[in-house]
Amino acid sequence: MRRTLSVLVENEFGVLSRISGLFSGRGFNIESLTVAPTQDPAYSRLTLVTTGSDKVIEQICKQLNKLINVIKVTDITGEISIDREIVLVKVSAKEETRSEILRISEIFDGKIIDATQKYYTIEVSGDEYRIKSFIELVKPLGIKEMVRSGKVAITREMQVNGVKAL
Amino acid sequence: MTKTKTQTKTVNLSDNDLQTFSGARIILECLKKEGVKDIFGYPGGAVLPLYEEIFHCKEIKHYLVRHEQGAVHAAEGYARVTGKPGVVLVTSGPGACNTVTGITNAYYDGYPIVVFTGQVSSSLIGNDAFQEADIVGITRPVCKHNYLVKDVQDLPRIIKEAFHIATTGKPGPVLIDLPKDVLGSVMEFKYPETIKLPGYNPTYIGHPVQINKALNMLYNAERPVILSGGGVVSSDASELVVKIAKAFKIPVANTLMGTGSFPGEDDLSLGLTGMHGNYWANLAISECDVLFNIGSRFSDRVTGDLDRYCPKAKIIHVDIDPCSISKNVPVDIPIVGCAKNVLSDMIENIDKKELEKSQKLRASWLKQIAEWKQMKPKSVPKSDKLTPQQVISKIYEVTKNSDALVATEVGQHQMWTALLYKFKEPRRFVSSGGLGTMGFGFPSAMGAQVAYPDRLVLNIAGDGSIQMNIQELATCVEYKLPVKVCVINNGYLGMVRQWQGHFYNDNYSETLISGPDFVKLAEAYGAAGFRVTKEEEIEPTLKKAIETDGPVFIDFIVEPMEAVYPWVLAGDPIDKILLGDSEKE
Repeated sequence: MRRTLSVLVENEFGVLSRISGLFSGRGFNIESLTVAPTQDPAYSRLTLVTTGSDKVIEQICKQLNKLINVIKVTDITGEISIDREIVLVKVSAKEETRSEILRISEIFDGKIIDATQKYYTIEVSGDEYRIKSFIELVKPLGIKEMVRSGKVAITREMQVNGVKAL
Repeated sequence: MTKTKTQTKTVNLSDNDLQTFSGARIILECLKKEGVKDIFGYPGGAVLPLYEEIFHCKEIKHYLVRHEQGAVHAAEGYARVTGKPGVVLVTSGPGACNTVTGITNAYYDGYPIVVFTGQVSSSLIGNDAFQEADIVGITRPVCKHNYLVKDVQDLPRIIKEAFHIATTGKPGPVLIDLPKDVLGSVMEFKYPETIKLPGYNPTYIGHPVQINKALNMLYNAERPVILSGGGVVSSDASELVVKIAKAFKIPVANTLMGTGSFPGEDDLSLGLTGMHGNYWANLAISECDVLFNIGSRFSDRVTGDLDRYCPKAKIIHVDIDPCSISKNVPVDIPIVGCAKNVLSDMIENIDKKELEKSQKLRASWLKQIAEWKQMKPKSVPKSDKLTPQQVISKIYEVTKNSDALVATEVGQHQMWTALLYKFKEPRRFVSSGGLGTMGFGFPSAMGAQVAYPDRLVLNIAGDGSIQMNIQELATCVEYKLPVKVCVINNGYLGMVRQWQGHFYNDNYSETLISGPDFVKLAEAYGAAGFRVTKEEEIEPTLKKAIETDGPVFIDFIVEPMEAVYPWVLAGDPIDKILLGDSEKE
């Protein structure tokens, strides 16, 4: 199973190394990992995408919780959360493909953030499926370079009779 | 308070506690606040300011070991027998690196130690300076937590947190790395009264619903077994295990780390279970209908083949570390909590009528176990030499009515000790479990002796293991620590050879090992040394050793080819037990 974990940690040096070390030391997978400080600079938020059986995911959550600098681990896989990724793609821009690039970019609400005679650089954000389809569409045009951010995710707020869904 | 160079001014005349101290002095002040009396250490360039303070400090005794690994094992030995944290102080670089094995050992078995390591000055960190090592990075996976102190202002808080983390929850090692400039910086010293660790809240109290479920399962169990692990020892829950076992009439098996958690000579005791567990203990676990695991993490040496581990049983598992639950063995009733609290809550909630009814269910189970107890391993002496079992049984006989502390190294002698020495109480057996560290026994015995100067401390050792930290004999002599080392000398790395015999056609690759003349060696260090080759010499020599002031080496020359039985081969289920060379089950 593929899971998205949201991990609140103390913003201290070495915390990321503790977490990545835990994954490598125990043979857990990390598919993507993003980390940045929260609104309170004393804490950082990690969004971590991992795969494993239910038993493995349970161990991952427990082992993360065991780290002193980890405040909270939440499994936010699926509909309880909204996730976004950003991708920057440098596509080869030939005379005959420029309009095609612009069209695809438009479909995905993309922005051309850099353009030269040879290359256009496009920025697209969205959930991972959107990012994947965008990449599939521009691939035939010739991708020179591409960077993806990895996933960030936040839980949905749902006001049901004044009660939070989470 | 004594004046030192660094103690230059009193900041607040009305408050004597608020004084300006150097980082080095602050460490000692913090240790005093934590009630530390003894530390084990080795000086060096990076910790000179700290050793200057130790020179002036009267409240804390420093034991100069002969190798940093010895210091960490000694601190763990101290922690194991007292329940209090052991403290280590070493220098940067090689000093720090030499602590890694000891720290890992304490981490595996869950005993509290706090290790202070020197570090090069902050400005030099990362520049490959002389005797620089990234010890925080190196020990990250083997510490419960570790710190690099970047500012002297953080020092009191970090030390307070370190002792708290080391001694609470599942105890373990915490390392504090001290850049030299931090030791020299000054601040107004105040020891914090509270701890703020939002990410660290161990669960101590078991969930009442789970506890009731567990009780109901036990009332209805026809063939229950208690598995008593290291958690029972470290949470001081032995008496409660005894109470529950007697009330319910449940036989108790112990893991290696649980040795002594249930009185070894009690009728309900099954003794050691696992790879070299008693035949009856392993059979009982394989046949039981309820396995009540208290504080064991179901290590592979305990379970054997996981797919065939107690196949008929429902499992209750009490552990303070949630990670240990359902990691290796899926359980039916998990209870996260401290064994002591969980068991006392259970005892309070016992329904007397249910209990009476349930006791009758187990008569035939106890009878069955009594029958199994007749199956003993066969020792087949191949010569007229002493057998290791004879020696260890005799050590037990001679010391069983004392409150002797018994350390072991790792290997055959360790298993025989766990099988044959029937401990009455916990915290008397000091042995490396999870990591299996040869060389652990002697320094840990030394640490135990520091904790209890008046008690008899034995180290039962192999001739291989003892050579791994034999340098600590100098420490024992210097500080008059009368550890009695019983070397079971078979001239082999016996446990490895035993495996080579079984799995590699008796190709004893590099397991024949020579050693020094232990008697002469002991004498060279200023200790006493005796040699025993005949059965009738065992008892008088042991008595002579016990009466001798100071450390003693006894070199027991034993039959070299003896192997440890019962034996469950790695990967086999624990009821597939070999009992001796000729006998296979």
